[in-house]
Amino acid sequence: MKLNLKIWRQEDAKSKGKMVNYSLDGVEGDMSFLEMLDILNEQLINKNEEPVVFDHDCREGICGSCSLMINGEPHGPDRMITTCQLHMRKFNDGDTIVIEPFRAKAFPVIKDLMVDRSSFDRIQQAGAYVSVNTSGNTQDANSIPINKEDADDAFYAAACIGCGACVAACKNASAMLFTSAKVSQYALLPQGQVEATERVENMVRQMDLEGFGNCTNTGACEIECPKGISLENIARMNREYYSASVKG
Amino acid sequence: MSAILKSSLARKVVMALSGLFLVFFLGQHFVINLTSVIAPDTFNSWSHFMGYNPIVQYALQPVLIAGVIIHFVMGFILELQNRAARGSVRYASYKGSANASWISRNMIITGLVILAFIGLHMYDFWAHEMSYKYIDVKPEDPTRYYAETVHKFEPFWRVVLYVISFVLLALHLLHGFASSFQTMGMNNKYSSAIKIFTKVYAILIPAGFIFIALWHHFNQIQH
Repeated sequence: MKLNLKIWRQEDAKSKGKMVNYSLDGVEGDMSFLEMLDILNEQLINKNEEPVVFDHDCREGICGSCSLMINGEPHGPDRMITTCQLHMRKFNDGDTIVIEPFRAKAFPVIKDLMVDRSSFDRIQQAGAYVSVNTSGNTQDANSIPINKEDADDAFYAAACIGCGACVAACKNASAMLFTSAKVSQYALLPQGQVEATERVENMVRQMDLEGFGNCTNTGACEIECPKGISLENIARMNREYYSASVKG
Repeated sequence: MSAILKSSLARKVVMALSGLFLVFFLGQHFVINLTSVIAPDTFNSWSHFMGYNPIVQYALQPVLIAGVIIHFVMGFILELQNRAARGSVRYASYKGSANASWISRNMIITGLVILAFIGLHMYDFWAHEMSYKYIDVKPEDPTRYYAETVHKFEPFWRVVLYVISFVLLALHLLHGFASSFQTMGMNNKYSSAIKIFTKVYAILIPAGFIFIALWHHFNQIQH
């Protein structure tokens, strides 16, 4: 199939970017979206033009590296997938595809479609960990009984790959789904209780410092999340935060 | 106050609690208005009670006004912060309708219309009451409220504005009411029941207000 691509090109973080039109022929339905971009880049390189820079790593939907706003939706029109799992069969011959970087003040563009998501790392560093005794007498995790439902919910929250689709989709560029998933995966487990108060307070404070927006419960994040992280996590984070505030 | 403005979650709570308070107020306002259709004498006596009871006037009324001001001022602050959070470059293509309802994405629009309506409402009733009681210093008259209220619904343009405002209020409540429970941390086995209740409330109460306005308008035209 032949596609018209409108791609955001930006030389570096300080440059002013713009949308550039490309025409790409020979795209197969079985190609992934990133393979389609690879073909475009090969053609650009052969013409001695600068290839389009975009984030990617595992290309199997588990690393959270790939991003891209495709026709106004993070990771494109399909659900529960990352951009690397999006197949070109979702598009038709002659389609125009608008490809932009994830846009948020806290996700500054590095180059073209690549954005700096280290704000997510800093939110995790603020509290998404448990202090474990590693002096040689570490307790076996299985020796602590955990309710099956709690374990499942913690696991579902931990499935968050930190891709940033929630921020990209949210009209407020809010990072509450991400932060709440990282809070929840510990809040539900006994190992996470020791640092529960500081964790949620510090992570929410860092989230605010990074310049993310406020949640208005539109639910866009949940719909666009490639891992199906639920809004229940945001409610849980809120409860944890209020409880921490009361404890002081 | 600075802690509230600094923490995004505290700001959410302020919006949710002030919103829930206003939702509760709306319900009791509706009950009083409904008496104007079914029992005008009761409407007069209840209105007089609300207008002259010192607890209502000097305790509940300031709380209500504060609730309205806090809700819309915080709403503006959140809107400005949220717009800034997207960054200096907006999306060339953003398909908001693919993942969120129009209502949830446009609370600021429905909210602004409701705010404008509250302005008109304050001019119509509150300013009139203040003038009656404190400027003209007229004597207490427990029978005047029904006629004054019904008279307001005579002009067609006012009824049209009233209907538009309450339709938008219904849209505002359809998202805001259930959303405030999520903000307060309630997302559990009761959530579906809460969602159904809030939908029923968000449609029935504004529809009831519209019915009362139309009732008084068309009754006056007939007579």
